[in-house]
Amino acid sequence: MSAASDAAPRDPRDELPEHLAALRAFALSLTRNGATADDLVQDTIVKAWTNLDKFEPGSNMRAWLFTILRNTFYSMKRKTRREVADPEGVHAAGLYDKPAHDGRLAFGDFTAAFDRLSAEHREVLILVGASGFSYEEAAEMMGVAVGTVKSRANRARARLAELLGLEQGEDILAKADGGTLAVMGRSGMQAA
Amino acid sequence: MAGQGRKSSLKEQIDENLRRVYQDALEQEVPERFKQLLEQLRKGRKESDQ
Repeated sequence: MSAASDAAPRDPRDELPEHLAALRAFALSLTRNGATADDLVQDTIVKAWTNLDKFEPGSNMRAWLFTILRNTFYSMKRKTRREVADPEGVHAAGLYDKPAHDGRLAFGDFTAAFDRLSAEHREVLILVGASGFSYEEAAEMMGVAVGTVKSRANRARARLAELLGLEQGEDILAKADGGTLAVMGRSGMQAA
Repeated sequence: MAGQGRKSSLKEQIDENLRRVYQDALEQEVPERFKQLLEQLRKGRKESDQ
């Protein structure tokens, strides 16, 4: 097909197909809806293609594509106000079981709680918790300060714990993040 | 020890579940329409080049 020589630097256009699965996974994380996710990926591909001259060769293409996707998502959301009515309160009372006796979270309960997070919370958790981006990269993609990413991620984890019926979540997660030892207070840390 | 152990393991469990949510989505088949779209964009570009 292409007559370009193998020695030429790689055309970023040839790299796009390798990111489709990740783009779609990120889109699904934001929208939690297959059809909407696909529309979002489609728009992202077209935008990326037409702006490819703005992509700096050698930089992180996945991060660049994710940035286009999340910006597209938020402007789509603003325009259509397609936000699903927040089911908060409907489920809040007792739909989620506490973790089983062994303390493991059931995956079904987890995804149900994840679905009910705000898109902003799902976004930050997927970027820093699951897809392997650093806080710095996530901050750049989200257009906010690194500290904002960290505090948003903490709040998102705490909210998730709350939705899972783990009320002490906020404490737990703030501590686990290595923030302040002070809050560990009296009960937490006896000598080993 | 119980307190501390359980607490960090909750965060680990959350992160483990997050990775699974993402991984499950990642493993889904990429719809044909995206490959076709790239194909179309590529053709359009060649035509405008020539």
